[in-house]
Amino acid sequence: MTNYFVIAVVVLVFIALIASIILYAASKKFAVKEDPRILQVQALLPGANCGGCGFAGCSGMAEALVKGADAGTIEGLKCPVGRNGVMSQIADMLGVSLAQSESMIAVVRCNGTCMLRPQVALYDGLHTCAAMNAASMGESGCGYGCLGCGDCTEACQFDALHLNSETGLPEVDEKKCTSCGACVKVCPRHIIELRKKGPKGHRVYVCCMNKDKGNIARKACNAACIGCGKCEKVCEFEAITVADNLAYIDYDKCSMCTKCVDECPSGAIVKVNFPIYKKEAKV
Amino acid sequence: MKLHTFRVGGVHVKEYKITAEIATTSAPIPKQAVFPLSQHIGAPAKPVVKKGDKVKVGTLLAEAGGIVSAPIHSSVSGTVTKIGTTIDASGYRKPAIYINVEGDEWEDDIDRSQTLETLVNHPELTPEYIVESIKKAGITGMGGAGFPTFIKLVPPPTAKAECIILNGVECEPYITSDYRLMMEHADEILIGLDLLMKAAKVEKGYIGIEENKPKAIALFEEKTAMDSRIQIVPLAKKYPQGGEKQLVDAVIRRQVPAPPGIPVNVGAIVQNVGTAFAVYEAVMKNKPLFERYTTVTGKKVAHPGNFLVRMGTPFAEMINFCGGLPKGDNKVIAGGPMMGKAVVSLDVPVCKGTNSITVLTDEDARRKAPQPCIRCGKCVEVCPMGLEPYLLATLSVFGEWERAEAEKITSCVSCGSCQFTCPAHRPILDNIFLGKDKVMGIIKSRNKKNDE
Amino acid sequence: MNKLIVSLSPHVHGNDSVERNMHGVIIALLPALLISFFYFGLGAVVVCLSSVAACMFFEWSISKYILHRQPTLSDGSAIITGLLLGMNLPSNLPVWMVIIGALVAIGIGKMTFGGLGCNPFNPALVGRCFLLVSFPAPMTSWPIEYQLTSYIDATTGATPLSFMKTAIKTGDVSVLKKIPDSIDLLLGNLSGNLGAGTIGEICALALILGLIYMLWKRIITWHIPFSIIFTVLIFSGLLHFANPVYANPIQVILSGGLMLGAIFMATDYVTSPMTHRGQLIYGVSIGILTVVIRNWGSYPEGMSFAILIMNAFTPLINHYVKPKRYGEVLKK
Repeated sequence: MTNYFVIAVVVLVFIALIASIILYAASKKFAVKEDPRILQVQALLPGANCGGCGFAGCSGMAEALVKGADAGTIEGLKCPVGRNGVMSQIADMLGVSLAQSESMIAVVRCNGTCMLRPQVALYDGLHTCAAMNAASMGESGCGYGCLGCGDCTEACQFDALHLNSETGLPEVDEKKCTSCGACVKVCPRHIIELRKKGPKGHRVYVCCMNKDKGNIARKACNAACIGCGKCEKVCEFEAITVADNLAYIDYDKCSMCTKCVDECPSGAIVKVNFPIYKKEAKV
Repeated sequence: MKLHTFRVGGVHVKEYKITAEIATTSAPIPKQAVFPLSQHIGAPAKPVVKKGDKVKVGTLLAEAGGIVSAPIHSSVSGTVTKIGTTIDASGYRKPAIYINVEGDEWEDDIDRSQTLETLVNHPELTPEYIVESIKKAGITGMGGAGFPTFIKLVPPPTAKAECIILNGVECEPYITSDYRLMMEHADEILIGLDLLMKAAKVEKGYIGIEENKPKAIALFEEKTAMDSRIQIVPLAKKYPQGGEKQLVDAVIRRQVPAPPGIPVNVGAIVQNVGTAFAVYEAVMKNKPLFERYTTVTGKKVAHPGNFLVRMGTPFAEMINFCGGLPKGDNKVIAGGPMMGKAVVSLDVPVCKGTNSITVLTDEDARRKAPQPCIRCGKCVEVCPMGLEPYLLATLSVFGEWERAEAEKITSCVSCGSCQFTCPAHRPILDNIFLGKDKVMGIIKSRNKKNDE
Repeated sequence: MNKLIVSLSPHVHGNDSVERNMHGVIIALLPALLISFFYFGLGAVVVCLSSVAACMFFEWSISKYILHRQPTLSDGSAIITGLLLGMNLPSNLPVWMVIIGALVAIGIGKMTFGGLGCNPFNPALVGRCFLLVSFPAPMTSWPIEYQLTSYIDATTGATPLSFMKTAIKTGDVSVLKKIPDSIDLLLGNLSGNLGAGTIGEICALALILGLIYMLWKRIITWHIPFSIIFTVLIFSGLLHFANPVYANPIQVILSGGLMLGAIFMATDYVTSPMTHRGQLIYGVSIGILTVVIRNWGSYPEGMSFAILIMNAFTPLINHYVKPKRYGEVLKK
């Protein structure tokens, strides 16, 4: 009996030794030589694998950063989640210089709430924005506005977008938005844009995408841009252009004087995070 | 004798041919006619009239906007009020020409007589002349697809046309406009077929008719008894027999290769019977395409029927003429319930491809809540292209575009058999539709990059 | 104000539903179930009813309290699992064992994978095989027919399948003479001291009636049942003619769980392949495996294991076997 036991143990130990030698040799011979800096950079990155940098995951971004650093510059590569803090740490580690970039935030350019934009049709299909967009202009008379099914809220990995059940529109949580751009890509109407966060979070933008003629747009939604051009006339910085019945603010030229916001007859231009002064509150 | 039908998949749908025996009447001329510039596949037409112009019935309103395009002619006489936008069957606002109707004056060169003009009486008509007439008349596929007809008649150099197949199948429920056209204008359709055969330079013509139209089969068989070139093919009833690819398989037993394959690659050119009729009118009567047979139907519609409608008539006028919308919420479909487009407003006008206005009541139209896929395989059984719809839908949801392309999502003809059959009421076609769109976009940009 | 309803096409539905299919299967099972009550009496009733009740209870409670989902008992799939599990058990099995079987079938075989539509293995078979391996003796004692009022105390006997096994092991062909005639196997009328088998496999005729009903209502197609039965017929036929120690092929297909398995268990939607070609491959493989396990494995009945093994291959079959595409048949 003991003979069998001894033989079994010896054979197994022998097999284990052979296996470990083979594995060791393989790990040495077939080892993939990777630049150790890539792993170091990857450790500095947030690790969310959100794709906001344009690469599939943080490892892809780390590789690109190291390659860029060897070529001399990492300009053009930016992690929107880690932002300036992380990017400057990486720049220091790799020994390259990097200019500070403005932080961005997602902006939903539609103000067609359930109250302002009456429902004229009933959608009864697959409940996603993509499907509703393919079927028709939606449940209202505006073929450019938010569909309210929440594809953007599903795409956001940082819990920064939520559908407001009263207005039917998505709202961006300023503290959580990392401007990764997932919501921008997924919106079938291209309503969401990335804009500069602005000093103290002040932003002015045209909250409408409607390119229909003024009377049609107004009939569909009370907050629509009717392309009247009053904003263009009042702007002293030539930041507003009206084309295709829609106003657009060039945020490089905009000084945030908010004259256009007051001038707009339908309230299509909105200002965000501005304090309310006493004389405005009276109105 | 067992009737032929297509060999892969297919599903049996309830007919509801309520209006089959109602003779066609002329629809009232609207007070305002609206002509969308894009009623066909290809580039939108370009307007040649402007605000204030006076037009007659048959006047050219917009010329073809490119090689794959078609001109648009007025179906009414009156004054152009504006070149604006209208909601069309796609559910969006598209550019359109508005005309206020005054009287019913026709262009002088249109022959309004009822005499039958045959090809035998006009041996001077050359194939090139016929194709040019079809192009000038703005004829596009009248079965709903809207592909400019003249392009189909001139196959690419790699393919040789052997026959014309006329689609008299009308497999969708509710629609009976083609059937009424066949019963009331059989001679004109046959002359149209003759013209098409001359234009495409082929010697053989087939007319496929489903077995649920025995009177039409008998009528056409009688009329073509002496003509050995034309064969009437009665087909067993199955949806979607009216689809080009399925019809070619059913009639001449050949299968069209996968996209970019087209029926002419196996020698067949498929045209709707309505298109053949329009070809007759265009070539023999110099009449451009501006009116068509349309069915207005639905279980609760008060006075359904088949009508000769002037294009540009808003749906609202046609529905009011037939008794108005039933009480409650309704689904109004441009086309049939399997592949038609549900319209979002009754301002949508009747266009070149509107073969029916189908009204479904709330209880018929509402979808049931979807359940998880029970993997029964019924969608695979019924798919007429031999695809696996459950798989394509899942791949589309998860964004697996490469695998979707490998599983031939681009072969899908959007017939809806899968979603119709699914016991779990899953939105299979909705997902495949979105996936197909995305994959075709990827292929297009890949081809563009390769060309550069 | 009345609105227009909008969606993508198609705008109508064929009125098929999950409930309609499940109820159809239950109706198809009724002849076999009722005949088994007639043959096995109280035991059959207790086992089947407790199996159904336990399966329904476990599905409801796991859905509600562990998965936090709305329980979907109304689709009828839990009832079917309960019925099929019960019909795979001998009629003298104690209730507590039936309940354990139901817990494994629903809890492990179905709910751990995500519920309806997500399980890779047939839940009733998972429960049955668990019971077979855990309680081999009670699971292989077969009551004799017509003991209408006895339950756990029923007298048991050997089954036709055990005779077939003995004949192969000992090489004694005369053992096969103890197997009843085919007509008796078809009707399920086993006289003398013969144990009859599990509750559901008794009357092949009742099961075939169920098959005809399901084919008529288009709940299943002919591919799986016919491919299994024909494969077993041909394979065991070849063996029988090669060596008479193997039983007559007609007796082979009428005995044991072959009919029940081929008609109701292997045709389960969720665990069988999606294409007709795939289903034929699946059916032929089950047939071969069943005959192999029955003749040369250590268990007298191989159907359950054969089906479970092929369930594991179903995703592979689905991946490689594609339906006949339009365009494959190019000319007449």
